[in-house]
Amino acid sequence: MTSLTLVRRIKARPQVVFDAVTTAEGIAHWWGPDAGPVLLSESDPRVGGRYRVRFRMLDRTEHESSGEFLEIARPERVVLSWRWTGGLEDPGESRIEITLRAVPEGTELTFTHSRLYDEDSRRGHEKGWTGSLDKLEAHFAGVAAAG
Amino acid sequence: MVNYKERLDRTFAALVDPTRRAILARLERKDGASISELAEPFAIKLPAVMKHLDVLDEAGLVTRSKSGRTVTVRLRPQPMREALEWLRRYEHFWSRSLDRLTAYAESKDTEARRRGR
Repeated sequence: MTSLTLVRRIKARPQVVFDAVTTAEGIAHWWGPDAGPVLLSESDPRVGGRYRVRFRMLDRTEHESSGEFLEIARPERVVLSWRWTGGLEDPGESRIEITLRAVPEGTELTFTHSRLYDEDSRRGHEKGWTGSLDKLEAHFAGVAAAG
Repeated sequence: MVNYKERLDRTFAALVDPTRRAILARLERKDGASISELAEPFAIKLPAVMKHLDVLDEAGLVTRSKSGRTVTVRLRPQPMREALEWLRRYEHFWSRSLDRLTAYAESKDTEARRRGR
């Protein structure tokens, strides 16, 4: 439950998607939840290299996140550390893993954002966390579905 | 007044333990159970169950009410909803971002092919 997985099928070759995901120019074109602009995009896509993204949302709030490239294998896989920078809510460092698989129409992208909360207290509890909370989540999904 | 971040911390810390999740799951199926009823399925002693209930109570996930010698435990779903909403914000963020990524990558690919690359 503290991880999130999304899948997209993209009509573009894996290397094109990979560069869109990892380069500063690429990131500037898509990062952010609405049509608000990316104000700053820096990226050094190699293991140990860092990235930083700042964007403004349509409600005029600005947000920044940054992290490090932990693994990189063009054009198949990239793993990043990620955290909000300087925000009021900083739940700590989390992990993003993106894998790209060539499919006939282009690329299947699998995006996983994990360790979203309180990793320290969860060490050793990794197993069992996701599966058993799914049921609870399913139950409450009905209640909170409005969001 | 406990702030939002502290509440989330408590909720997630409470939810991290499998026994506590099992207690909550049981209360979902049948709300309002006595402590001994709750302890039944677990191979742990009553005091251990009480400790788990303390943590759940502090996180606001259950309430306990005493009537005579019986303590009735009830589910309080509000903090759980809050935690799920928090997670949903991430889902929204990435879902929209990936839609934009998809559109961008597709236009880049088309552009590259047009140039014969």
